[in-house]
Amino acid sequence: MSEITEASHGDLLVMLRHAPHGGLWLREALDLALVGAAFGQSVSLLLMGDGVWALLQGQGSGPLGQKGSQSTFEMLEMYDIERLYVDVDSLAARGLTRDDLLLPVIEVSTPELSTVLAGHRQIFNF
Amino acid sequence: MRYALLVLGGPYSHQAAHSALRFAHAAIARGHRVGTVFFYHDGVYNAAHFAAPPQDEPHLVDAWRELQRTQGTVLQVCVAAALRRGLLDAREAERHGKRGASLEPPFELTGLGQLLDIGQTHERLITFAP
Repeated sequence: MSEITEASHGDLLVMLRHAPHGGLWLREALDLALVGAAFGQSVSLLLMGDGVWALLQGQGSGPLGQKGSQSTFEMLEMYDIERLYVDVDSLAARGLTRDDLLLPVIEVSTPELSTVLAGHRQIFNF
Repeated sequence: MRYALLVLGGPYSHQAAHSALRFAHAAIARGHRVGTVFFYHDGVYNAAHFAAPPQDEPHLVDAWRELQRTQGTVLQVCVAAALRRGLLDAREAERHGKRGASLEPPFELTGLGQLLDIGQTHERLITFAP
């Protein structure tokens, strides 16, 4: 049975659509999510497109000296950011399944995306 | 309607900043207000004080300043995104031991909490991203 309901999902939805290491998109999107959570808002993340690569296990620091995303994702629970939505089609298109991912996620089918978006008061798209 | 704009694209390298400015001018022409523009990610380069484009090209930094001067639009720049890209106001420059300021008023450095805040204090928050 689907985990997506019409009910309100939270205050803030941060959409992650870029792969983790090619730029600052992911890092600066997660910064906003963490600030939102620190301000007491209920925050969800939605990973779509190349954004799903960010949750792949083993994203440590790389040869460019960038911080890996794994440590930030592991911190999310401490900030009470527990709802990680992942677009299943984006996963499948990249040959990934939820078993490849670092954290438990809520899988969202394309028709359910609008329900997730409508369930949040504020949306930021990175 | 009172709008806020979020600009994530750098000037000249992407269309995002041009589009945001054109949106602001169009909204104002229709009788709306643009209360705040927030610059984040590469959008912070829109506040580069030393930007000196060729004279026959639109001067985006000056256009934002003009928006502030004529409309009272508040121009806010994320401090963390700005500092790592070399945009420092006089206070930050001194704090980091640098000479000169690459960001000047009316642009103001502020935190990301302010971005969440303007999302709530304006009727619409529109994102312009590359």
